[in-house]
Amino acid sequence: MNWTYWLPLLVVLTSLVPGVIIFALPEGRVVTRTVLNLTGAVLKIALVWLMMREVYAERNPEFRMPLVQDVDLLLRADALALLFVSLSAFLWLLTTIYAIAYLERSPNRGRFFGFFSICVSATVGIGLAGNLLTFVFFYELLTLSTYPLVVHRGTEASLQAGRVYLRYTIAGGALLLTGAVWLQAAVGPVLFDGGDTLARADLDAAPLVAIFVLLVAGLGVKAALVPLHSWLPVAMVAPAPVSALLHAVAVVKAGAFGIVRVVYDVYGIRLTDAIGVAGPLAVLASITILYGSVQALRQTDLKKRLAYSTVSQVSYITLGVTILGASATIGGIVHLVHQGLMKITLFFCAGNIAETLQVHRIDELDGMGARMPWTMAAFTIAAFGMMGVPPMAGFVTKWYLGLGALEASQPWVIGVLVGSTLLNAAYFLPILHRAWFRRPVTPFPVRRGRLETHWALLMPPLVTAAAALFAGLFASAPPSPLEWARLIAERAYE
Amino acid sequence: MARRERTRPVPADAPWIVWTVVLPLLAAPVAFVLGRRGLAPFAAASSLGVAASVAALAWQVAAQGVQRHRLGGWGAPLGIELHADGLSVLMLVMTAVTGVVVSLHAHGTFGLGGHETREPSGRARFWPLWLFLWGGLNAVFLSADLFNLFVSLELVTLSAVALVALAATRVAVAAALQYLLAAMLGSLLYLLGVALVYATEGTLSLDELARGAPHASVAPPALALLTIGLALKTALFPLHFWLPPAHANAPTPVSALLSGLVVKASFYVLWRLWFQAFPGVAPFEASMLLAVLGTGAIVWGSVQALQATRLKSLVAYSTVAQLGYLFLVFPLVGGPGGLAAWQACAVFAVSHAFAKAAFFMAAGNIRLAAGHDRIADLDGIGARLPRSFFAVGLASVALMGLPPSGTFVAKWMMMRAALESGQAWLMVVMLLGGLFSAGYCFRVLARAFTPPTDTPLQPVPGSLDAAALALAVIALATGLFVAPALDLLAIGAPDVAGLGQDGPR
Repeated sequence: MNWTYWLPLLVVLTSLVPGVIIFALPEGRVVTRTVLNLTGAVLKIALVWLMMREVYAERNPEFRMPLVQDVDLLLRADALALLFVSLSAFLWLLTTIYAIAYLERSPNRGRFFGFFSICVSATVGIGLAGNLLTFVFFYELLTLSTYPLVVHRGTEASLQAGRVYLRYTIAGGALLLTGAVWLQAAVGPVLFDGGDTLARADLDAAPLVAIFVLLVAGLGVKAALVPLHSWLPVAMVAPAPVSALLHAVAVVKAGAFGIVRVVYDVYGIRLTDAIGVAGPLAVLASITILYGSVQALRQTDLKKRLAYSTVSQVSYITLGVTILGASATIGGIVHLVHQGLMKITLFFCAGNIAETLQVHRIDELDGMGARMPWTMAAFTIAAFGMMGVPPMAGFVTKWYLGLGALEASQPWVIGVLVGSTLLNAAYFLPILHRAWFRRPVTPFPVRRGRLETHWALLMPPLVTAAAALFAGLFASAPPSPLEWARLIAERAYE
Repeated sequence: MARRERTRPVPADAPWIVWTVVLPLLAAPVAFVLGRRGLAPFAAASSLGVAASVAALAWQVAAQGVQRHRLGGWGAPLGIELHADGLSVLMLVMTAVTGVVVSLHAHGTFGLGGHETREPSGRARFWPLWLFLWGGLNAVFLSADLFNLFVSLELVTLSAVALVALAATRVAVAAALQYLLAAMLGSLLYLLGVALVYATEGTLSLDELARGAPHASVAPPALALLTIGLALKTALFPLHFWLPPAHANAPTPVSALLSGLVVKASFYVLWRLWFQAFPGVAPFEASMLLAVLGTGAIVWGSVQALQATRLKSLVAYSTVAQLGYLFLVFPLVGGPGGLAAWQACAVFAVSHAFAKAAFFMAAGNIRLAAGHDRIADLDGIGARLPRSFFAVGLASVALMGLPPSGTFVAKWMMMRAALESGQAWLMVVMLLGGLFSAGYCFRVLARAFTPPTDTPLQPVPGSLDAAALALAVIALATGLFVAPALDLLAIGAPDVAGLGQDGPR
């Protein structure tokens, strides 16, 4: 047995084991906890890097353990999995650093970091899942481990948000489970194999469509597809690092990633096309894109506006995979990474502003650029990226989506992209204008210390903003997300 | 009826099958006469001894196949014959694991002049009764004929009733009495069924019944009587009325044993009768009736749990609901995928036993600390009782049927069998049941996140917390060990649905 056999399992364990130990630690052991968290995060990145080399050489590491009957618990690293997992590993490290500073001196940190680690393990498990049962397994685990993070503050509002969150996600999990069991009963174990299992099974179109609807509805809850999105803005009561993780890495992304898996690896492109489900899903994604942007425009609370912006942006991924063409695929898949980098930057910045100056509303942001220049600079880069201004990451996404739409002769998608870009600009530019070009109504409290806020709150958004910038600037350089996405698309369409 | 005969003569030096039954039954009277000083070490030693003999038997069965032993050399139809196949062993292991952990909890509850039974004699009475119960349970899981099953079940029932009454409150004694009457009625029906079988078939051995063609005229009514009696003892809706008061008002370790193990014993007998002794006797409509009643149990138990005001009665109603799942499997076993449904049922029973016992222990700890278990007033103590609430959380995951618990895997198998045999409505019931249980579990869990208050709390001994948490972790991890459990179940498995006896693969 090769040592790489254990790699996928180890990547999951590097956050699971610290999480379990953290639960057992007394609340006061801050240093031990921090060391555990950071060691796990750094180790995970190192292991992901090792896996990346294996996958690039087309030796996909694979770990399996018999679970039941003819189905294994299968963790397998392929190119798509690694795109998602490396994003999670990288952002987990930064979010951990951010959260340690953000939650300094607040109660129940042991519980928080324990669930935080479990949540990341579940996300990585979703990324590496090699069959449908394993995917469901970790998908449900993600629901369970994020609930305590959403209700972390324990106030009536957060408990209420938790109830809404559970109603949506548990119902969504049940739909996904139904679809998964049905598919399994019909064709046996469902591997993520580009649709070979289903192609061989030769089922009727009607059950295939029904199962597709069940699976996508279950995943759409987490991916915040309209009309299943209402939990997301409510869940904004969670602490900023949780929102950052939920929106950029874990929950929303897991849903979108699941849809990518269902289209490419369960059904396969040919079958998805043949049963005619791609078109309606693309329309639904377009509606979500526009609706989310319109709602974002109407919000006065900064985090709420960002939340609706997530609703909109995540559906670019769904749109990209449902246009069904190599270029659109590249655009959709690369947006998994781009949206993650940009959105986490925005949430880090919003958290900094709220934590340092207790500013939550957009009309209180006047003159923020002078008070917190670095934070607002990072915010600005990410916001321009979201709008799709060249040469930012978001532009690369929109370029490939548009190209794909034209290749697949679906020019209406261009209209959606233009409309969404205009709306993006309409809700981001006023924020930037207020921050950079207006004077504060009431002067901000005087800055203490050399930096505008705690260094550990400032560093993560700067790093992610830089990453978002470079992902766009050097999109064609070999280790960029775009090149990975191109690799994935090539392997999917060969 | 084709059956894989892997039986070999038991090596004379290792009759572990006998020890698993005889050891607790011998230890019980000793515990009764032993003075208070020696009781704790003796109880610990006998618990571990029973667990060790179960482990040895499990190893024996795994290595050598089905084990049989004739006590005193007398076999069927006259003597007592013990019979251990994979299913028996799995049930024994379930009992041993739950039993050892609950014993630890009981040691803390009764040993420290705990809040449940303040009188010092509670402890002296608990151990002999519990050891009798354990011996009875093991005897049920190993008996090979209808009459021995009856005697063992009586032993289980009587010690369980006495254990409920240990709480020594008026409510508990009333509940125990109600339990006793219900169980006696169940026994009576069962005994009538046994008499009917003996009169026509001339044998009570499960094997011989399975081999001989049963009388078409008498077997169905006999099986009906046996089934109603056992359903009453298993608290199948609508015959569940006695369970919630008895389980909610018993001392906490007793609640854990009753909800986790005792109801499984009578269900196990029902299971053996339907699919081993009288295969194909019951018409499909009868199994459908059981599934419908199981559905009723899930709905009714869940609705009651959603409305319960006390934590322990919430857990008790959850038992009523969860037992419903076991009955959903009856119409599935005959169809395609029937073997998987049969296996799933065993996995579900084990996983539920761990989760439910853990939940009850944690609920008892919370009650011990707060001095009450009113759900509405549990705000603010979650952060101060992290281990107990954590145990509630982990056990809840198993009750909701979510990964990585064994109930998730079991439900997956059952749902798949439901679809494969074209009974999709059963899958809908299972999904609804999962949503229901999420509803009532999160009623409790949400309270754990409320900011801490300064209500005074009684200290909870560490062993109580440790016991609840340990069993909850075991319950959660069962899903990862389903594959070896299925291998074990394949040993001596009945030929359900004519799918062949070669196990899962």
